[in-house]
Amino acid sequence: MKLTLKIWRQDGPSQKGGLAAYPMDDVSPDMSFLEVMDMLNEQLIARGERPIAFDHDCREGICGSCGFMISGEAHGPVKLTTTCQLFMRHFRDGDTIIAEPFRSRAFPIIKDLVVDRSALDKIVQAGGFISARTGSAPDANAMLIPKDKADRAMDAAACIGCGACVAVCPNGSAMLFTAAKIGHLGLLPQGQPERRQRALRMVNKMDELGFGACSNHGECEAVCPKGISIDFIACMNRDYMRASATETMEPVKRV
Amino acid sequence: MQLTVKDMTRIFSFSRTNVGSKVVLAATGAVIFLFLIGHMLGNLQIFEGPERLNAYAALLKSTGKLLWGARIMLLVAVTLHIVTAAKVTLANWRARPVGYTCKKNIETSYAARTMIITGPLVFLYVAYHLMMFTLLKTGPEYSETDVYANVVAAFKMPVISGVYIVAMLILGAHLYHGIWSMLQTVGIGNSRYRRLRRTVAPAVAIVIAAGYIAIPVAVLAGIVK
Repeated sequence: MKLTLKIWRQDGPSQKGGLAAYPMDDVSPDMSFLEVMDMLNEQLIARGERPIAFDHDCREGICGSCGFMISGEAHGPVKLTTTCQLFMRHFRDGDTIIAEPFRSRAFPIIKDLVVDRSALDKIVQAGGFISARTGSAPDANAMLIPKDKADRAMDAAACIGCGACVAVCPNGSAMLFTAAKIGHLGLLPQGQPERRQRALRMVNKMDELGFGACSNHGECEAVCPKGISIDFIACMNRDYMRASATETMEPVKRV
Repeated sequence: MQLTVKDMTRIFSFSRTNVGSKVVLAATGAVIFLFLIGHMLGNLQIFEGPERLNAYAALLKSTGKLLWGARIMLLVAVTLHIVTAAKVTLANWRARPVGYTCKKNIETSYAARTMIITGPLVFLYVAYHLMMFTLLKTGPEYSETDVYANVVAAFKMPVISGVYIVAMLILGAHLYHGIWSMLQTVGIGNSRYRRLRRTVAPAVAIVIAAGYIAIPVAVLAGIVK
């Protein structure tokens, strides 16, 4: 396959960036998008140019490290797929593909396609945990959880925190991410004691970090590689409303 | 139930958060939505003849304090709706300072993306609409008691009818996303209800727009004389 890659190049956080075109020959349809990026980087290094910086880790679609906008869609045109699991057979010979970093005020660009997504970690640090003593693993079925609840909790817990939801939201909102984290703990018995404080802490943190509000466009759900439903946003809103009516936010106690 | 200063502070700080703002938009939107239904049902009585519509108008005016209560509630809802929408929109624009060279829309609708345009357009129309019949009474051949004649005289003019129809189509577009959005913001996290919301909300928007548009169309067609 012959392809033209137009990739966002930016030397550093405060430098000016722009799209640079790279014509590619001999791309195999069985290559993943990141393998094409590897091939391009080898060519750039051979020519003495700076290789393109991009995030990746497991390359199995389960870690959430990779991800950028591919021709206007987060993780590219295939549904329920991360960038590393996107294969070139989904493109046509001669295509021009535009690769841009995820853009949001809360995701500053570090270099080329790499953005700082630690804002998502900060939301989790604010309340995405249960304050339980850890010990040996509990006995199986010691705590009974209905199958449908367990399934829905797992649907939410499937979030890998890649940030695609923020990237495609017209408002740069992290509501789907936060809702998934709040949702999976809120559906299980272990998450109940801190449920209201968690909603207050995580949602307020999200606001503080400069993410936008949800306008119910549904773009996030459409690009989520794990198919997380915006139903969780409705759940989160209800948790947050209930918590706002009954409690005031307390700081996290360090033990 | 007594509202203390602490409760008021709590409500105020809630309304300033991202989720809180959306809840304010949904709640005030619901008030406006109920008014739109009531106003449409009232207006549609025009099809039952002049006596019925004029009697209904006289009944509304005779309620006095009740009418003013409803008007004030509506005014507060509209003000909060506009102020909150402006605040949320500005915050949302700030959340993405640098845009994309290439961005595809997958799930979002045209109506959803133009809420911030259709909203002010509807507001402008409502201002004009109030001036015509309620505040300045600039409508043609205005009579205090014969509402029926006022409506027919106004809608016989194609310009007035045309502006009205376009305004109601814009209102329909705003409701198309607004009703679904209102239900989703405070909604039940259940896919079964969501499918219902996704189909019922646009249907209700179409019914409301069609209900209002039916009147000028009937006048122009000579069905209502």
